[in-house]
Amino acid sequence: MSTTSTRSTALEKRSFTAAASDYINDRTGLAVAIKGLGRKAFPDHWSFLLGEVALFSFIVILVSGTFLTFFFQASMAEVHYDGSYVPLKGVEMSVAMASTLDISFDIRGGLFVRQMHHWAALLFVAAIGLHMLRVFFTGAFRKPREINWVFGFILFILAMAEGFTGYSLPDDLLSGNGLRIIDGMVKGMPIIGTWTSFLLFGGEFPGTDIVGRLYALHILLLPALIVALIAIHVGYVFIHKHTQFAGPGREPTNSVGPPVLPIYAAKAGGFMFIIWGVISLIAALFTINPIWNYGPYDPSPVSAGTQPDWYIGFADGALRLIPPGWEFVWLDRTWSFNILVPLIVIGGFIVTVLLYPFIEAWIKGDKREHHIADRPRNAPTRTAIGAAGVTFYAGLWAAASSDILSTHFSLTIEGVTHFLQAAVIIGPFIAYFITKRVCIALQKKDREIVLHGYESGRIVKLPGGEFIEVHQPLDEYERWRLVSYENYAPLMIRPNARGKITAGQRARAGLSRWFFEDRIAPVTKGELESSHSTHH
Amino acid sequence: MAQDDHSGTEVAAADSSHAAPEFAGSTGTAVIPHDGFENPGFEPHRPRVTDEDASRQKRAQRTVYTLFYLSILGSVWAIAAYMLFPIESNDVGAVRLNNMFVGLGATLALLGIGFGAVHWGKSLMTSPESIDIRHPIGGTEATKAGAVEVFREADEESGFSRRSVIRNSLIGALLVFPLPAVVLFRGLAPQDQMPVELLSHTMWAKGTRLALDPSGVPIKASDITVGSAFHVIPEGLNDLEHGRLEEKAKAAVLLMRLEPSELNQAPDRESWSYDGIVAYSKICTHVGCPVALYEQHTHHLLCPCHQSQFDVANHCEVIFGPAKRPLPQLPIAVDDEGYLIAQSDFTEPVGPSFWERS
Repeated sequence: MSTTSTRSTALEKRSFTAAASDYINDRTGLAVAIKGLGRKAFPDHWSFLLGEVALFSFIVILVSGTFLTFFFQASMAEVHYDGSYVPLKGVEMSVAMASTLDISFDIRGGLFVRQMHHWAALLFVAAIGLHMLRVFFTGAFRKPREINWVFGFILFILAMAEGFTGYSLPDDLLSGNGLRIIDGMVKGMPIIGTWTSFLLFGGEFPGTDIVGRLYALHILLLPALIVALIAIHVGYVFIHKHTQFAGPGREPTNSVGPPVLPIYAAKAGGFMFIIWGVISLIAALFTINPIWNYGPYDPSPVSAGTQPDWYIGFADGALRLIPPGWEFVWLDRTWSFNILVPLIVIGGFIVTVLLYPFIEAWIKGDKREHHIADRPRNAPTRTAIGAAGVTFYAGLWAAASSDILSTHFSLTIEGVTHFLQAAVIIGPFIAYFITKRVCIALQKKDREIVLHGYESGRIVKLPGGEFIEVHQPLDEYERWRLVSYENYAPLMIRPNARGKITAGQRARAGLSRWFFEDRIAPVTKGELESSHSTHH
Repeated sequence: MAQDDHSGTEVAAADSSHAAPEFAGSTGTAVIPHDGFENPGFEPHRPRVTDEDASRQKRAQRTVYTLFYLSILGSVWAIAAYMLFPIESNDVGAVRLNNMFVGLGATLALLGIGFGAVHWGKSLMTSPESIDIRHPIGGTEATKAGAVEVFREADEESGFSRRSVIRNSLIGALLVFPLPAVVLFRGLAPQDQMPVELLSHTMWAKGTRLALDPSGVPIKASDITVGSAFHVIPEGLNDLEHGRLEEKAKAAVLLMRLEPSELNQAPDRESWSYDGIVAYSKICTHVGCPVALYEQHTHHLLCPCHQSQFDVANHCEVIFGPAKRPLPQLPIAVDDEGYLIAQSDFTEPVGPSFWERS
């Protein structure tokens, strides 16, 4: 059958949509993609929305940011402010600050867009963070998704870089002090520090170049990288197909959920508008970064309780927690360990998180693809490691507000600092042990439910006078949710072909023991049967 | 019952109900129970209330289009608010109203579309769940072999492996060619500046009067009462045509007067103060924030950025926090007219540490 004949016969009853899609397809060949992807299944779970929150808030950032570039001028030339905000009239400030004030006070809706941009940025980083926690705690980083974890993690770093370069642009007192801290940290680096600072600022701090340079990074280089990485990241979600939680009918070999067209498109598309609406609501009602209260940058004044945007807090907190005296002169050079140590610790933390999927894969030796998301309780050691990491991060983050904590709760700053120093070191261990025990307890509860059913609350008196509570057995679908998880045994050391036990094998066996020594195996058919027979 | 596999490199003889043969690789240390449960298959489809009850369906339909109409209303309201709440010159209240009403209109427009679409999808759209079959990400063995073959042929035809001199010289050239670009970035910093030199000196010089920040009015020693503290800049700073902020970032000083008996001064620095008046650099020796908070009764200075604390009575040595070095002291004296002056520049670099500082 030739194409022309099918088209001519079909034309009379064709709708406009069909005709239009035909027209476009004949010129683009998109039908293959539509047919392939249009009914693609998207597994459903509330936690899968977190990545979408990040994506949708990024769209807000792009659009609102473009609007801001039309009015913002990234120049540090000095002017006397002559806008509508009376308290600052006549004050000498940079063009960057003055144009930011104009956006806020002289352009209708400008403040709204500026606040949307800033709130969306805060939400963007927060959503990425939560999305990463979801991926971590459900083991969704396992093969074949390790590399996509790395891409996602780089996106997290880039998002923080975007945030920092962005809030440094208005050249107000708060952002200037933030840059001053960066300058101090750069100068503290061995060998390259001093020169790097001069390159960055185009001479002595603060110079007149930094805002323009950060602006180029903020609106050109970083967004381009983020857009490209998002494309790759989301592309891989399509290629890998989304993970799904265990459930009846869900196999490692399938992907079950509503089709992209129409339900997923309606729900995700609608969700996008909801996210935009929420950002808009916050921007309409709540002030963010009121630079008019801070005033233009001046190296001399500073307000108490200065805070960076939330996602930089952990780095600032790390600086605050260093005890006095960690700086030495050696070989006639200054070694600023009070700056190096936080950088190294944070760097080590970041690299560990980045490499975690590869570490866990090596310990398990598991080379299979994994498409069923773990329930966190079913991977107790990983969940406990995650909780330890979260506690460590939270300790550093809290430290960034140590002064505010001490003023609000009438504590001494020394007490808060010392407590957090201890919390950052001891806290992760406590969190680790508690989480692991809670996971194992939850697994035991699941086992109990599978073996004996739910307590129904119905008390029955038996003919012999005995009272029993009737337990309601699970149906096979509920049971499957509770028993279908992977169980790993510790690796046993065996000599290799040449009769040797290598150091690598030993390390791996040790780690494997640490991971899997305490474990609760899923209930098997035999166990369920024997539990029934003992009951009746 | 448990089957242990002790090496990731061995391929496990895993007869797993969890993994189809095509997904099999080593299971590592995973235990595959032989009598594990089997997947019971899909649950029977459960219809929603809107599938079964026509009136509920009608109501859902009404809700969806009402939300979309509300969205239109919101958009219209946002446009109207843009005009109805102009920003009158010099009125912050007008800005607030403009922001709020434009914003609330946009919010209604967006949330109307959002909730409408989600509600439509959840309550009215009828498509059942889709099931996609996953295939191994790596593709089939034939595909993998094909890719290897493509590379082998390309290598064969180009002689990439064989012609090692060509290959290595190319790799060398590729490694070297970005270097000029890196060197060009040297131009980011002015060519004629010596960082260490600049960081080691400030605007203070012998005889420079201490002036109030930000007005620039010189300070008389007699105006400083015991217990007071002043933010100080060198006289003439405000008249600088260029580099005012750069100079201020180094020259900012805190001036405090204590009872002379409260000062524990080193013998060689006794002449640096005047009648209990001392001047210290305001730039924190940690990462350079201004150390702006002075607690009068303890004579402690606190940096609000990272909480380093300095004891003014003891040459501003560090008593808490991440800073290591004391704040540098500016030697001061009084001139003939009673104004406070600097005896010299700071005797050491101010501000954050840097590598070449010793």
